[in-house]
Amino acid sequence: MSAENTTEKPAENTTEPVELDDETLAATVVDSETARQVTETLAGVEPKVGVAKPDPILRATGVQRRFGGMTAVDVDHLEVQRGAITALIGPNGAGKTTFFNLLTGFDKPNQGTWEFEGKQIARTSAAKLARSGMVRTFQLTKALSRLTVLQNMLLAAPDNPGENLFGALFRPLWSGVEKRNTEKALEILERFNLAQKKDDFAGSLSGGQRKLLEMARALMTDPAMIMLDEPMAGVNPALVQSLLGHIQALRDDGMTVLFVEHDMHAVRHISDWVVVMAEGRIVAEGPPTSVMQDQAVVDAYLGAHHDTDLGDDSLLDPAVLARLEAEEEKR
Amino acid sequence: MDELSRILIQALGQLIAPATAAYALAAIGLNLHFGYTGLLNIGQAGFMLMGAYGFAIATIEGAPFWLAFLVSAGAGALLALLLGIPTLKLRGDYLAIVTISAAEIIRFAGRSTLWADYTGGASGLAGSTYKGPFQALSPLPDGRTTIGPLEYLNNGSDSWWTRIFAWSVVLVAVLLVWLITRSPWGRVLKGIREDEDAVRALGKNVFAYKMQALVLGGVAGSLAGLLFVLPISVAPDNMGRTLTFFVWTVMLLGGAATLFGPVLGAMLFFFVYMLLRTGMRAGLADVMPAQNVEHLAGLMVGVALMCIVIFRPQGILGNKKELAFDVR
Repeated sequence: MSAENTTEKPAENTTEPVELDDETLAATVVDSETARQVTETLAGVEPKVGVAKPDPILRATGVQRRFGGMTAVDVDHLEVQRGAITALIGPNGAGKTTFFNLLTGFDKPNQGTWEFEGKQIARTSAAKLARSGMVRTFQLTKALSRLTVLQNMLLAAPDNPGENLFGALFRPLWSGVEKRNTEKALEILERFNLAQKKDDFAGSLSGGQRKLLEMARALMTDPAMIMLDEPMAGVNPALVQSLLGHIQALRDDGMTVLFVEHDMHAVRHISDWVVVMAEGRIVAEGPPTSVMQDQAVVDAYLGAHHDTDLGDDSLLDPAVLARLEAEEEKR
Repeated sequence: MDELSRILIQALGQLIAPATAAYALAAIGLNLHFGYTGLLNIGQAGFMLMGAYGFAIATIEGAPFWLAFLVSAGAGALLALLLGIPTLKLRGDYLAIVTISAAEIIRFAGRSTLWADYTGGASGLAGSTYKGPFQALSPLPDGRTTIGPLEYLNNGSDSWWTRIFAWSVVLVAVLLVWLITRSPWGRVLKGIREDEDAVRALGKNVFAYKMQALVLGGVAGSLAGLLFVLPISVAPDNMGRTLTFFVWTVMLLGGAATLFGPVLGAMLFFFVYMLLRTGMRAGLADVMPAQNVEHLAGLMVGVALMCIVIFRPQGILGNKKELAFDVR
């Protein structure tokens, strides 16, 4: 590509890592009627791995995905409560995204079954799943660069007769639908502060705006369940706050949200239920406050010696090292 | 002075030549593949050869013109299905490999003596064997007509009738492409070009859309093959890799993913190409033999293709803004 192509390159991934203190995050929490109801319902659920939920929208059983000799995902049982925000957290390499890809039809499992709204979907194609109401976003944002923001939105609208090759030839067949979709798209873009950008190419948006566009686009499909793969990754702190607000708004509009994240702080404040994965398995689940104190979670996340300063000179002392190693043996 | 005007008139004639129409139509098909959908088809000559054989053999076997026309279109559609079913689920590069090999396979199959009763082997099919029904359709009176500096027979191989027919087909194709690419269907194609996983995640059957685009572009390619052989003959070695790369040059010159790009590209390309060849033949007559001039002109086409891709990847009609950011 020629040299001038680099001139308008959006400043992506140049933002600082997300560093928000708890107070700011707590301030983003919406105290809605729905939030209280969901918290109340889930309060009665015992916080243990594989527990049954009162009204599950998604149930997965015995899901395994192996790459060669390595088992990336090995989930015995998981239920996701309808209308709640469920966070799937875990350290890097825990298998979150792989599990996510399996659930959304972007990868095939070695074994396992799962159902969405009571229907078996284990080997359904990704497109069909999306049409049945389960829509996803991607960790590496997939904005359709050479389409405008509005075209991105309209593309996502379901059941457009103009998307059929023969229907496409006759404008009257689809112009009405197109007009209604445009109104709906503009309304959603307004909510996500992207309305002024509607005629810009999506490729010219910043990294954070692309995340917003992807979420807005997913909403165009009228999903029952929305799956967000690391929505906060590479987004600057100011935008994280508004993203968290949007995620809660989705729940308050009656959608089920399942999102993957590895930053625990952000998760704690907005999720109604937290599922923790480590080394392909689910090691804990429960309401955010109790799960964060779970020993298995702390260990999985930080290692058993997270309070040991690795820059500490005393580590050079063989006696101290021997003690730490002995502790590790006993675990 | 006489020499110069002869060269210019010859180049002007290329603007409306039947072969130019054939290239324009082939590039329209390729534009559906690459420009709108992002499918890498490096074997458009294969589709053209299928269309040419389909038309010629059907006519020789006694089919009326319009039936032979449909056979030609069907041959392209069939090839698209055959190539698309195994490869469209794979990454884009595989389609590229498969199309270029398929085009060569078709050419070699045509040349082989195995089916020489139908294909005529390496020498191909003489024009007189299949042009009859087409030329009989002409509504024009016999004789010659002169428009401006251009003078051709009304009927026959290199005639006004062939030109009118060829450009009418191109016009209809442009109209159809305009209708389908301004529609939501066209928007899905462009979405697939940008990122097919994203489109899949929004509930579209990506495979079906890619297949539709491949078949439509393939049919355009095979009908381009029909137009290509109308004024000449079916000769498999005329329709090899060079043809494919000329079609690519035409499309990229005009501008991928633009409506009139392929037509403008074809006209401009052949105008300049003819100007170069006849000009150099006259100007360099003392320095090099005519044979070498042909090679030199071919070499310059290659350099031109590289220069377009490097310095003006959006072509003449393309939108510079679309390339202002990295596509991948």
